[in-house]
Amino acid sequence: MQVKEYKPLIVAFCCNWCSYAGADLAGNNRLNYPADVKIIRVPCSCRVNPMFVLRAFQRGADGVILCGCHPGDCHYTSGNYYTRRRMALLFSMLDYLGIERERTRVEWVSAAEGAKFAATMNDFAEKVAALGENKRLEDLRCKK
Amino acid sequence: MQKITRDVLVEKAVSLLENGSVSCVLGWKKGEFDYDITPAVFESKEELVSDFIFDDFCGANFSKYLVQKTRKVEGKILVFLKPCDTYSFNQLLTEHRFDREKVYAVGIPCEGMVDIGKIKAITGDGISSIVCGDTIKVNTIYDESFDINAKDVLLERCINCKSKKHVAYDELIGEEGEVIESNRFDEVARLEAMTPDERFAFWQNELSKCIRCNACRDVCPACTCEKCVFNNPKSGVENKAPANEFEEKMFHIIRAFHVAGRCTDCGECSRVCPQNIPLHLLNRKFIKDIDSFYGEYQAGAEVGSRAPLVNYTTEDIEPCDVFERGND
Amino acid sequence: MQRIGVFVCWCGSNIAGTVDVVAVAEALKKEPGVVFSANYQYMCSQAGQDLIKQAVKEHNLTGIVVCSCSPRMHEATFRKTAAAAGLNPYMVEIANIREQCSWVHKEMPIGTEKAIILGKAAIAKVNLNVPLTPGESPVTKRALVIGGGIAGIQTALDIADAGFEVDIVEKKPTIGGKMAQLDKTFPTLDCAACILTPKMVDVAQNEKIRIFSYSEVTEVKGFVGNFDVKIKKKARYVKEELCTGCGACTEKCPMKKVPNDFNLNMDTKRAIYIPFAQAVPKVATIDPDYCNMLKNGKCGVCSKVCTAGAIDYTQKDEFIEEKYGAIVVATGFNPISMDKFDEFAYNQSKDVITSLEFERLTNAAGPTAGKLLRPSDGKHPEKIVFVQCVGSRCDACNEKGKEYCSKICCMYTAKHAMLTRDKYPDTDVTVFYIDVRTPGKNFDEFYRRAVEEYGVHYIKGMVGKVSPEGDKLMVQASDLLDNKQLKIEADLVVLAAAIEPDKSARPLATMLTASMDTNDFFTEAHPKLRPVESPTAGVFLSGACQGPKDIPETVAQAGAAASKVIGLLAKDKLTGNPCVAHSNELMCNGCSSCERVCPYGAITYEDKEFRMPDRTTQIRRIAVVNPAVCQGCGCCTVACPSGAMDLKGFASEQIMAEVDAICK
Repeated sequence: MQVKEYKPLIVAFCCNWCSYAGADLAGNNRLNYPADVKIIRVPCSCRVNPMFVLRAFQRGADGVILCGCHPGDCHYTSGNYYTRRRMALLFSMLDYLGIERERTRVEWVSAAEGAKFAATMNDFAEKVAALGENKRLEDLRCKK
Repeated sequence: MQKITRDVLVEKAVSLLENGSVSCVLGWKKGEFDYDITPAVFESKEELVSDFIFDDFCGANFSKYLVQKTRKVEGKILVFLKPCDTYSFNQLLTEHRFDREKVYAVGIPCEGMVDIGKIKAITGDGISSIVCGDTIKVNTIYDESFDINAKDVLLERCINCKSKKHVAYDELIGEEGEVIESNRFDEVARLEAMTPDERFAFWQNELSKCIRCNACRDVCPACTCEKCVFNNPKSGVENKAPANEFEEKMFHIIRAFHVAGRCTDCGECSRVCPQNIPLHLLNRKFIKDIDSFYGEYQAGAEVGSRAPLVNYTTEDIEPCDVFERGND
Repeated sequence: MQRIGVFVCWCGSNIAGTVDVVAVAEALKKEPGVVFSANYQYMCSQAGQDLIKQAVKEHNLTGIVVCSCSPRMHEATFRKTAAAAGLNPYMVEIANIREQCSWVHKEMPIGTEKAIILGKAAIAKVNLNVPLTPGESPVTKRALVIGGGIAGIQTALDIADAGFEVDIVEKKPTIGGKMAQLDKTFPTLDCAACILTPKMVDVAQNEKIRIFSYSEVTEVKGFVGNFDVKIKKKARYVKEELCTGCGACTEKCPMKKVPNDFNLNMDTKRAIYIPFAQAVPKVATIDPDYCNMLKNGKCGVCSKVCTAGAIDYTQKDEFIEEKYGAIVVATGFNPISMDKFDEFAYNQSKDVITSLEFERLTNAAGPTAGKLLRPSDGKHPEKIVFVQCVGSRCDACNEKGKEYCSKICCMYTAKHAMLTRDKYPDTDVTVFYIDVRTPGKNFDEFYRRAVEEYGVHYIKGMVGKVSPEGDKLMVQASDLLDNKQLKIEADLVVLAAAIEPDKSARPLATMLTASMDTNDFFTEAHPKLRPVESPTAGVFLSGACQGPKDIPETVAQAGAAASKVIGLLAKDKLTGNPCVAHSNELMCNGCSSCERVCPYGAITYEDKEFRMPDRTTQIRRIAVVNPAVCQGCGCCTVACPSGAMDLKGFASEQIMAEVDAICK
């Protein structure tokens, strides 16, 4: 049997107003990024509960990235400021527990930044791929 | 070791009970052994006189009990609060978790509480009696007796006591203390200085001891949710026992995150953990991060203060920059 | 269990070029809940939509997944299709297999595999979708305008013009605001009174407009379309309905030494006064701090001379409660206090004045009847120095001033300089500036006329110190272009003081739950695209309360705010976004975390009685979300420790189902 090539699994939470539109723009401009990145649309990055991030890791994600409007540009005025605090603390905690810090990221991508979206995903996917499979925060029962 | 005696507190409680100011008293009661003091509700002078205890094992923080008790009891509840308990008391008030009008809070001084685990490490099992004092006298069923210096067996949270100041009370017994500069973050800093692999190994080792008894949650004064997410099948994180390593971590990460910014660092979680997991090191990591990222914040220091996670500034640190800061 | 139909779109070759749409449709057919699966060239076309409608009927579908382009493109289209087929429009989910799949991945197997996963995620979500109905709330067809300056006046007139009732609340005894104090207006040099007072009269005569002058808003409850507002009408000790504005009382009042704030205290008025001749309403007001009758019961002259019998010393503050559909904030600005600017000797010398004071000194209705005379000795000033940017564009660390540019000072200083030179050609006029900013229609031309035609000396540099010496003022300044220090003698120094939001704005913002920036200017819902709306629905912004503005900009924004108000009031019912937060009262702790993060003030608390299992009752504090105000960001759902708060359409369970589907 042939060994399956390792492909990282990346969950990207994108806010509807900026980053999801930025991802669409990346598509419009045919900017490539790995198919390992799967986007989940949320109204605002502040909708992302830390539990969703942990859930993704539990179910086998190798990296989780949150994308939202640039600070100051939130469609809901302040949502991404809360995201910034929550994720800064969560990621710091995961790092404290010894989870590789490259597996988590927050990036601000505007609706006009299709190129930044693609570049961010390429970079993130590359870093996560270099780490290999997520072993430290996985739930074996959820493995294929 | 305590400067204040049980009799003073009983006298206070009896007088308030008898003049009708309060209808019941939250206090400490002797358990099966001298060292397993349990929280109890006293409703009469007789109960107080016979069962009320105040000694070096009275670590229990009663703030949390007020949430349910104030809803059920007619009239006021007398509660005795050590300095660290008053922070939890304030934090619960900030979160509107009980009606301040229904509580009569008496601040009492605390010289630190002792850790039965540390005593047992010296004496071994089979303790038959313990007499508290600056020197703790322990007898065992094996006819051994030990004299232990109380200062040598303090609870971790008391070694690193953050405050002798009562931030809330209706009446204070003894003198007003001060906030203390403690070294409570040293251990967190030590872990931060490790390599990720070492940290992972450390926590893997600690958290794998977890038996999911939920004692940490049940005792935590910040965990007063009407329905805990871990009991809610719809929350996606419900589980009763950790099936594997992931769930051990999941439970503790989520619990720490849920109380982040609201945890007063009362240390009850570590005190009650039957597996001696240093759970306070999770909460203190959040407190340390909050202090260094967003400015010093002590939950419960003031009623009505805005917790760091429901607050922001436009200049907050970016999540990608926290690692550089965290490893200073 | 849902009965889900999956519709995979080819989008011509846009999707089908890199995604095997047939394979996707086949694979998704096996997913739980899916009872029908199809692919079609253009799902968004009429034929494609008909295919969906037909499948809904034939297969009794309860949910729809369309694998197509971005939901930002056609989610609305397919929701309408679902509605037309009798389904709830919110039972539709889109899997974005074009922008986020076929267009970014080049190889067919990879694109197909990802498209299937995205489809599975959408199916997992739809399985948990529930029909949503947008809430409706009625609209009170009346607007409240807070502030009666030019911004408030213009907004009120425009709203009234569209046929809606408007109330203006003005804290001063008359409307008119700052513009009523001005002499001429740049860049056309129309007389301010000549263009403002007719508008004030229009307001007074408009049947749709009520003016609550000498009044303040004290309480605001409710939400967009349904505000309940309490207005305090302060006692003016004169019956408004009887006073004819004849002014006899203001001439006979023996108390003459009352500082006249309308003239910035450069002269005096009586204890009973009408602020200026064209005041609206033209009604006298008694200043209780100075009136002898009110203070010690001795006098009563005004009552004796009033033939209308309008004086009422026993008048009390009156509270009015009214309902409004929309609220416009037009609280305007004030020059900042010069108290901290000792270097300009504002408090040492009467001949150092602010630009607004200069405005009164040159105004025909001002304390000098329009003659430019020095406040100290009434002489004609021969040398005048204007200092720009006093308290504007300061360093962040400078506590005296403001970081922002006050925007209007360059132009009014050019105006003052020009008018002075026009009226008194023998007067020497010097202006010290950091930059001259003239980005407005005909603004730069205006400034250049001041320099070129009127011979105003413009010197680039900041004034360091003004010191009174005898009856002169010594001005020390630097000339940055010639790189030298200057010492100039002046008879009058005019400071272009920075402007700041009116002090009443901050408490008002709290009442309205409208957000403000660090300078206390109101924040817009979007800085570029929604500049006249506050993030709080139903609250609109007009004029300088939102940021420094000149008159043309203020009037433009006032009209824009009015049009937004008209758009709101024209509706009989407001239909909300159904994807709003809601709290499960059984799980709610009442801890206020959600309320604190809500940018819209959509969450309130109530004490609710709960029947417990042991048959006792408990009263608990619980959060209640107002669906008409909630915008559905979901911030509260994460702030909530117990998970009581959830977001319709983006429920935690739905998002986790998507996560699971993607990670499987």
